[in-house]
Parts: sequence; C-alpha cells; structure tokens
Amino acid sequence: MAFEGLAERLQGTLNKIRGKGKVSEADVKVMMREVRLALLEADVNFKVVKDFIARVKERAVGQEVLESLTPGQQVVKVVNEELTALMGGEQSRIATAQKPPTVVMMVGLQGAGKTTTTGKLANHLRKKHNRNPLMVAADIYRPAAIKQLETLGKQLDMPVFSMGDQVSPVEIAKEAIARAKEEHHDYVLIDTAGRLHVDEELMTELDEVKEVARPDEILLVVDAMTGQDAVNVAESFNDRLGITGAVLTKLDGDTRGGAALSVRAVTGTPIKFAGMGEKTDALEPFHPERMASRILGMGDVLTLIEKAQTNVDEERAKELERKMRTNELTFDDFLEQLAQVRNMGPLDELMNMMPGAGKMKGLKNVQVDEKQIGQIEAIVRSMTKAEKEDPSILNASRRRRIAKGSGTSIQDVNRLIKQFGEMKKMMKQMSGMQKGKKKGGLGGMKFPFM
Amino acid sequence: MSFFKKLKEKITTQTDSVTSKFKDGLTKTRDSFVGQMNELVKDYRKVDEEFFEELEDILISADVGVHTVMELIDELREEAKRRNISEAEDIQPLISEKLAELLQKDDEEGGLNMQENDMTVILFVGVNGVGKTTTIGKMAHKFKEEGKKVVLAAGDTFRAGAIEQLEVWGERTGVDVVKQQAGSDPAAVMYDAVQSARSKKADVLLCDTAGRLQNKVNLMNELEKVKRVISREIPDAPHEVLLVLDATTGQNAMSQAKTFSKSTDVSGIVLTKLDGTAKGGIVLAIRNELDIPVKFVGLGEGLDDLQEFQADQYVHGLFADVLKEAEEAAEKSE
Repeated sequence: MAFEGLAERLQGTLNKIRGKGKVSEADVKVMMREVRLALLEADVNFKVVKDFIARVKERAVGQEVLESLTPGQQVVKVVNEELTALMGGEQSRIATAQKPPTVVMMVGLQGAGKTTTTGKLANHLRKKHNRNPLMVAADIYRPAAIKQLETLGKQLDMPVFSMGDQVSPVEIAKEAIARAKEEHHDYVLIDTAGRLHVDEELMTELDEVKEVARPDEILLVVDAMTGQDAVNVAESFNDRLGITGAVLTKLDGDTRGGAALSVRAVTGTPIKFAGMGEKTDALEPFHPERMASRILGMGDVLTLIEKAQTNVDEERAKELERKMRTNELTFDDFLEQLAQVRNMGPLDELMNMMPGAGKMKGLKNVQVDEKQIGQIEAIVRSMTKAEKEDPSILNASRRRRIAKGSGTSIQDVNRLIKQFGEMKKMMKQMSGMQKGKKKGGLGGMKFPFM
Repeated sequence: MSFFKKLKEKITTQTDSVTSKFKDGLTKTRDSFVGQMNELVKDYRKVDEEFFEELEDILISADVGVHTVMELIDELREEAKRRNISEAEDIQPLISEKLAELLQKDDEEGGLNMQENDMTVILFVGVNGVGKTTTIGKMAHKFKEEGKKVVLAAGDTFRAGAIEQLEVWGERTGVDVVKQQAGSDPAAVMYDAVQSARSKKADVLLCDTAGRLQNKVNLMNELEKVKRVISREIPDAPHEVLLVLDATTGQNAMSQAKTFSKSTDVSGIVLTKLDGTAKGGIVLAIRNELDIPVKFVGLGEGLDDLQEFQADQYVHGLFADVLKEAEEAAEKSE
C-alpha cells in the first residue's frame, strides 16, 4: 500500500525515544504530528483533524501516556478510542416507518454511486429483512440513468417505478408512493439526480421531492475516495435537506476512507452502509469501530473473520480454530483452508484486511496470483500422508521427490514450506488477537513495536 | 520581469473565450483558495513558523497531499530565507510561482498525440463514477466540431445502462457507436470497434471501458488485455491512454495513477468535476511524484466545457484576483 499505517509511523518516532524510558511533552508533540499526518494522508478533513488532535493531545499529555511504560501503544490506544468514539461506536440500522411504506431518499453527487446503491439496498432489504421494496427512478437528467435502474431491477427481479425523463421528479415521487401503497410495498427507495457539485437548482428540486415524499430516511451517498471536499458536500446536503445517515461507496478499493470521519464529524449522523463491491449483494452494514482501524492503517480483522464465518462450515471452522490455536495445522488443513479462502473472494482483497500484512516481508505489495494456487495444490498433493501431517520430516530428498511429482522446482517446494510455517505463526497471532478483543478493546492486541 | 507579468503576457496571446472558461470554471476554487491565502497574509503579516503551518493547512485542504505539501513548504521556507523575505505579502507571489512551476514543466508540448495520416485511437480508463462516458461524449463533440469523423466503442459492458448512456451521447453528437450486448467480452468489442472504425475511415476512435477499482487484479488484467487487442490491430495504438480522475478524489488518486499506469501506460490525465468546490490539488502531487501530465479538465456540465489543460490558464484562473491586484500595484508605481 502507498501509505504506512499509524503504528508504523509511530514506530520510527518511538525508536528515537525508546532509550529514554519515559517520554516528555515534546515527544508527545512529535507523536501528535505523526498522528496528524497519518489522518491527513487518509483524507480526513484538516479541520476535523485539528479538533481531533487537540482532544488526543489532552489525554496524551495527561497521565495516560506520560506515565505509561509503553507510550507507543498508549498513543495508538487513545487515538483508536477517540476515533471510534467520533465514528459513533454503535452500528446503526435503517429506519422503519410506523405506517408503511418507509420512504428512503437517496441523494448525493454524480458518480458517487446512488443508482447502484439503490439497487443494492433494495436487494439487502429483501434478502436480510424480508421486505418488499419499490425502487423509483427519479434521475431524469443523466443519460440512461433510468435505464440503469431498470436494468438493475431486472437483474434482481424487483420492481422499478419510472415515468420516463419528461416528468418532474416531484411528480414521479408522488405517483410512486401512491403506487407503493396500492401494491403494498413496505419500502420506497427514491433514486434522485446528482450534480457535478452542490448547486441551488439541485437542492431546490430535492427539497421539493422531500416535501411530497416525506421521507423517513435521507441517505447521503458518498464516494469513500473523496478528499477534503467531503466536508463541503456533507455540510451542504445536511444543511439543506437534513440527512439522516450516509452510505459510503467503493470501500472495497484501497482508499483509507478518511471521508467517513469527515462526514460523520460534520453531520453527526451515522454511516449506515458500506458498498463493498460491484455485485448487487455487495452492500454491508457499516461498522464504525472497524473503520477506525482502517483509517489508521491497522487492518480489518473483524471483517475478515466475518467473511470467513459466512463462508466456512461451522464445525470444520471450530476444528480448524482449535488446530490454529494449538498450532497443529497440517498441510491437509492448509489445502482445505485455501479452498475456503478462495470462496471468500479475491485473495489480494483479503490480504489488505490483514493487519500487518503490509509489513510482512513476503507479503508486501504482493500481487496474489490465482494461478499459483494450482501449483500449491499440486505440491501438497505430491506429499505423503506423514509429510502433510508433520512438515518437519521434509528433508532434501523428500523435497526433491515432491518437486518432481508436482512438476515444480525445489525452490517452489521450499518456498511453500516456508510460507506454511509463516502462516501458522500468523494464524496463532490472529486467534490470540481475537481473544484479546473480547477481553477489553485493544488491551490484548500486540503491536509490532512493543 | 515579474512572474505575474510573464503569465499575463502568455495568456494574452490566447483567445479570450478560453481564458474566461478557465476563469469562470475555477470561480469557486479560486474564491476559497485565494480567499484563504489573502486572509492568511492579512492575519500573519510576518512570515514565521505559524504562518507556514497555516499555509500547510490551506494546501492540504486542496488535496495537494501531505508529501508534496511538505516539500513545497520546505522549499518556500528556504527561498524566503534566501531572498530575505519577512513580510507575508511578499511571499504570496512566490507561492503561486512555485505552484505554476510544479504544474508546468518547460518545453513540454500539451495536447494529444494525434495521427496525421491514420486513425487516432484513444483509450479511456479510470475507477467507477469519475465521468469516463461523459468525457468521451464531450470529446466526441469536440472532434466533430473540428470536422473529424469519430467512432465510439462501448467497452463498458459491465455496468447496467452504460452502453445506453454512450448511445445517448452518440445521438447527441451525431457519432456512430460500436457496441455488443451487455456482459460481452470488452476486448471483443474493441476488436470489432477497430475493424468497424477502419472500414468507416474514421479519424478518431474513442474507447470507453468499465470503471474499475485499481486494487482488483483481475479487472486490471482485463484492461491490459483490452489494450493489447487494440495494439495488435494497430501497432502504435492506443495513441493516448487517458486516465479520468475525479477532482474531488483525495489521496487515493495517487494510487489510481500509479496502478493504472502500470497496467496501461497512462499518457495523460483528464481531471473532471473541477468546477465544484473541489480543487483537484492532487494533480500537483501526481505531477510531482509521477510526472503524468494533465491534458484536459472538465470545467462544467455543458458539451463544450471540456478544455485542453493549460497550466498558465489554470494558474491564472486560480490567481485571477491576485493578478489584478499585482497589475494595479504595478501601474501605480509606474
């Protein structure tokens, strides 16, 4: 990744301080500068950063850090706690009106992903909440925007209400809600027009739509890659329409997503969903506490574990977890793991969620080649049962035989055995971390610079 | 000759309409950016550490990027020392000078690499939602106005409604669109498009591609293949690979520029949505660290609001007010 995580940033500073035993106020100042840079590099708005730093500094200069024997860890802990607090802590759900239909208005700038998100949200409501939403095509300006929503509707086999691009959005909203009542839809999702930037004309129109639609939820759709301007966008939509929440899109990219913090800080409304991929089911509830670690470049273990949980057979998972913990993992388990991991999604995506993945030598900037996996499989299959269970017996002659049997080179075999060893170590660390999390926040987490 | 005078002279050789396009398009940017600068100068008067810190914030608020900002500030600090500048007022021209220097390298030819006697193929790449299709529509209009025969290739076969969106642009500008069904192989569409554009004796072929996030290895490989197919049909093509960037994007734009360059050898940048409050400062960082030139900027929603990028014009647009003041001051002293 292009950016270093906060932990790595602080490491350099701390190395200089380490010999001194305790840190001084001046040292804290240096550390705060690093925190500031890390947040700015993550695209958190500079004003938000300023306030944030002031708060963290206050705590840091107080007893918490100065008195600590592990100042580095303390700073990261304070930063993480404050960030999580700012992000809103709890996960937030979509509103339900007392009397259906619940009307949801999707607003945002052009290209943020309103139409795609409308489709995803409809799918989410049906799949996860057993609802029957009606999508409404009210973007009459962008060429083929209506067609796009209709196509999504067809793909999902869900109804889309449209009246072409010659009728005003206000009229469309009115008719759509009437239709929803008639046909007993419990949710109405209105896809409104975007603009290149916030302008009066757009706001007036959205205001008018709001007037007739009386939405229970106005969701601001924001591109996670947005830079400093995220604050202006969120502010103007919020001032004019009073948004009730936000959806962060394109979070499956490699952006740090500091915009999330900016949006949250200026509107005070929760981020409710995150767009995590191109497919129609790639909308996930937003987890504020995970976003904090992502902004800081600390990886997203929880999402990784959750992904694993939905894709892995539970009993097998328990067995594997036990093996991981006790370090009994065999090459057979490894193969099975590989197969399961592949079910979870592209490997490089998973890699990015792993904390410290950027730091591990072999993993840095790794372009995971899916073809290589075939080779790995061949190597493992060329091992005897005893070898799979106890890699330590793999001497030179055995390795030579395996290389021949799998049509690879001895170097390939050596590399795999080494990687397997590393993976075992990492798995052990990860399961340790998970336990620590349960006990109480970051306390149990091991930081590389401890 | 002062920096502003030089700038002014360069600009007067260009048509007023272009100048005013840049000036109008950058109004919001200028208002906030230059407004902040002026306030800074007023607030501080003296050039000290705090002044530089504040300046740092202003530049960062334009998405210039921490790295480039630090470099810039360091240079300014030294320059101020060297020239013995202590008044905040006097450092302002220096700042604009530095920014212009970054944007514009000497002896560089702007514009596109157009083929004189053969078809010019331009490939558009970028992440989702930056405005690739719209940019192609506007560019088709521009070439059409110049009397060229244009063909569009509907290479975004993935996003719902993308082909239709390009077709609407085709109708609006009166240009042929080569397409296949949604979901078909984009490389096959490109192959078709090249053949068809050739037989139609087109001057320019504009190739749309599906938006993709740069960390999706498979999709980036697909893009490489699209480019390869074009090169196989016409050896030097694509003659331009334009990365479309959203001006509101933050630091991730750097990652986009890096990764897309790696797989498709990006030859230039189109910066869209610049007429908003966004400042597109990230192009400074990209220029500083990667050296990919900005070739076009989107300054509005109109058909002819896509403008060839000119660093002079851009800086002029940013500093139009300062420029006027400087002129007036110069007149007074004469």
